[in-house]
Amino acid sequence: MTSYEPDTDPSAEPSGLLAGLRTRPSQVWGAVRLVPLVRAEPVHDLRLHPRIHDGPGVVDLGRRKGTYVSYIPHSFVAEWTGDGSPAAAYGTQLTGDRPEQEAVATVRLHFHRRMARQEAKHRLRFLPLHLALEGYLALHFGGPSLAWEEWSRQAVRQGLSPRVEAAFLGTEVPGLADALNVFEIHPGQCGVLVYLADALAAAFVVPHPEDYRTLHPTLVRDLYGDLVYHYATLMPPVPDFRARITGAGVRSLADLRAAAVRQTAQWADFHDTTMAAGLLEQGCTWEEVRRMGRFTLSRFLPTFRPKQDNHIGEAISDEQGRIVYLKTFRLSESQVRRGYLLSHLAAHDWHLADTAAALGMEKAQLCHRLESAGFGHLLRPDMRGRQ
Amino acid sequence: MIRSSCLHSPAGFSQGDTGVGGGMETFGDLIAADDVLLFVNAAITATGQREFHSDAGAQRLSLDFLHAYMLGNYRDLYAGVLALDINDHNAALIIRRLLESAAEASVEQRRSEGRLIAGRLALLPPQRVYGLFGALRRAGVNNRRTRALLRDWLSARPDLAFDAVKYRSGLKAALRHTHLTPGDGEIGTFLFAPLSRAHYDTPILETWRRAHFEQAALYELPYTVAEGFAAKHGIPRKVFLERIAPRLTRRETLRLQEAAHAQGPAAARALRTDLSRMPLTRLAGYVLSLPAEERVERREELNGALRTAAHRVAGVHRGTWGRVTAVLDDSFSSYGSGVKRRRPLTVALACHYLLGALAGDYRGLWTSGRDDALLAHPVGPTPLGERILDGLETGPDRLVVVSDGWDNAPPGLAAEVLRVWRTRLDTARRTSVVHLNPVYDAADFDVRRLAASVPTAGIRDAEDLPALVEIAQFAEGRTGLAELKAYLDARADRLTEGSSR
Repeated sequence: MTSYEPDTDPSAEPSGLLAGLRTRPSQVWGAVRLVPLVRAEPVHDLRLHPRIHDGPGVVDLGRRKGTYVSYIPHSFVAEWTGDGSPAAAYGTQLTGDRPEQEAVATVRLHFHRRMARQEAKHRLRFLPLHLALEGYLALHFGGPSLAWEEWSRQAVRQGLSPRVEAAFLGTEVPGLADALNVFEIHPGQCGVLVYLADALAAAFVVPHPEDYRTLHPTLVRDLYGDLVYHYATLMPPVPDFRARITGAGVRSLADLRAAAVRQTAQWADFHDTTMAAGLLEQGCTWEEVRRMGRFTLSRFLPTFRPKQDNHIGEAISDEQGRIVYLKTFRLSESQVRRGYLLSHLAAHDWHLADTAAALGMEKAQLCHRLESAGFGHLLRPDMRGRQ
Repeated sequence: MIRSSCLHSPAGFSQGDTGVGGGMETFGDLIAADDVLLFVNAAITATGQREFHSDAGAQRLSLDFLHAYMLGNYRDLYAGVLALDINDHNAALIIRRLLESAAEASVEQRRSEGRLIAGRLALLPPQRVYGLFGALRRAGVNNRRTRALLRDWLSARPDLAFDAVKYRSGLKAALRHTHLTPGDGEIGTFLFAPLSRAHYDTPILETWRRAHFEQAALYELPYTVAEGFAAKHGIPRKVFLERIAPRLTRRETLRLQEAAHAQGPAAARALRTDLSRMPLTRLAGYVLSLPAEERVERREELNGALRTAAHRVAGVHRGTWGRVTAVLDDSFSSYGSGVKRRRPLTVALACHYLLGALAGDYRGLWTSGRDDALLAHPVGPTPLGERILDGLETGPDRLVVVSDGWDNAPPGLAAEVLRVWRTRLDTARRTSVVHLNPVYDAADFDVRRLAASVPTAGIRDAEDLPALVEIAQFAEGRTGLAELKAYLDARADRLTEGSSR
């Protein structure tokens, strides 16, 4: 793990996050909008870890030929350990061409009896909340790098842990399960963008359509931020972007067809430049986690822009930098605020006065903000409650 | 008026009573015509079961509202709908509501309603009628009309003893509710104290009595009754299916085809039947229930059966429709739901074969782009607009769209294509376009429409297609209430004639 460096140049990746994928018309259900992403040429040498396919009625692995690298989506629950007990993958992982023989970094899960029964029915994904967000957010911050006197002893010794972040399981987001159920998967579809009340909630891209088909139902077992939950609960249904053809100038069927094609292209263009702009144009810091064959697994963090959408995520790219796997999570407003404070603290070696100066405020004000953001326990007791 | 996308502005509504366009039609009449057509669409397609986009509760709630609305506002027209090809579920619902609210009807209304109800009861399958009387019993409806209707219906049954065996509880409950005595004394004993006699003179009742202790006797009983006795005697399923085969009805045979195959070759041989005798839509449903490999293996047989069934339906109209192109929906939503499995796709497949028989020159275009109808499978999005463009390019006389109307790749393109085609490219109306929709949309109280300029009709069985295409012109908004009423009256006459014959 590397420490967070906000000064590093945001790489050129974000604009190319969805390179190689074509945006197809969205499908709307209530406040949920799902935008399918279609890959012209599926990636054959990076596939879902074979053990995920073990359940009944999923893809037959017998037809897979040649060598391939395999991946496991973050916190994917399966029998990783071989003794029959369920465990969750800890972070997205890449394994080599003999995936069965490699150990998978997992966290054992202790289910109540009911949960265990659900597992038995091959309900593949269950996201332990603290684990998922820990993996995404808090792990990047190891706590004060210099033991300035204002920090509490606990903060210096243990860093930010234990950190608990709240998020919502997809099943709790109203309408999401229905939207995924009635969604019609496009041929060659390798990914989806999930919008709630037209705010981008998550992006999910896999290398191969078969993998997508397997994982599509598990999106409802995924994590969504509280903003997403509130939007889904409170917002009215979103409208369809219906095609519109002006009759003027249409003299033949060929004209009509051309106008129809233009409509599809316009939607894709509008979507990529406007609706997904928050994800595609955010500045990111990338951190390489593992390299396997021609693939690289990395994590990215946003630059924590308050009051805008900020997405964290994991991606696997090939040797040309093309993204073949992507999974993002939209941070809630309070998480962005915390990230914003932490990133500035980290940038100034956790020196309170310097950070306060950089943010254009008094040190006491900064302490107050840290406290209200839920970092009170990091400060020495006498630094708290002073304004 | 229910439909939200109303053709008449609410502002124009108040001045409506003076009439429109100098004709006899008032806005009230137009709205009535609109509402009736909407209700007919609902009554053809809705079954109160779960659909792809809504659950059973929403379907039932929506349909109940529609029935209450129609009964409250247009009682005559509501009853008149009984004469149309609506589905049995809605026919039973209409009859129930009419009988429940008999007190609100005038003498004249009661007379015409009575004729319509009796005519429709004669067409309903017996289990539906017994179910209907069960519902009336639960609702506490036992007026003189109800009793008279049941009496007449029972007296018209060809073999009441057979009913007493096959629909035992239904008949028993109906008799108990209406205090009727069956003409034959043995049937009364059979229903209310069955084992009190050592011998019945009626053969089927005697067979039923013997089946309690004699295995051979149960094979002379109807399949559903024999099944219970087989379980009681512990007869292996294989043996049972082999020996009961001659007693099976046509649909039971079709339903048991795969079960018999699983029981081995002997049972399969006993149940082997000529598939082309089956009704077209049922047959299409059976074909779609087979795995793809089997469909490929039995291609000749299945194709031939579907073709023969379609030719039988087309009858004298065979080959008279000119150039026809169909756009058929095999998107993922045509799966329907667990309780109406592949129903929309089944209808589309049956329409494909039927249109092939009706047309002189036929092209069928599936939304998925595949062209092997026999291997149809519900998958993928619904690019209706694109496919309709392909269809129009073939230059047809008729374009028939069979789809649930959820056009989503991109949404609304089908409507735009059809609109521009009508207003810019085919102003002379050389091509007639009809949309047939097998799915009731609970939220809209109607089947989903593609475009205002294209008539949409609900469809339940492909066999009704010719009649529906005829009705669909009413839905284009060019026909008024008077014509609609005349049409309903004509159908009512046909129905009552049929029942008095």
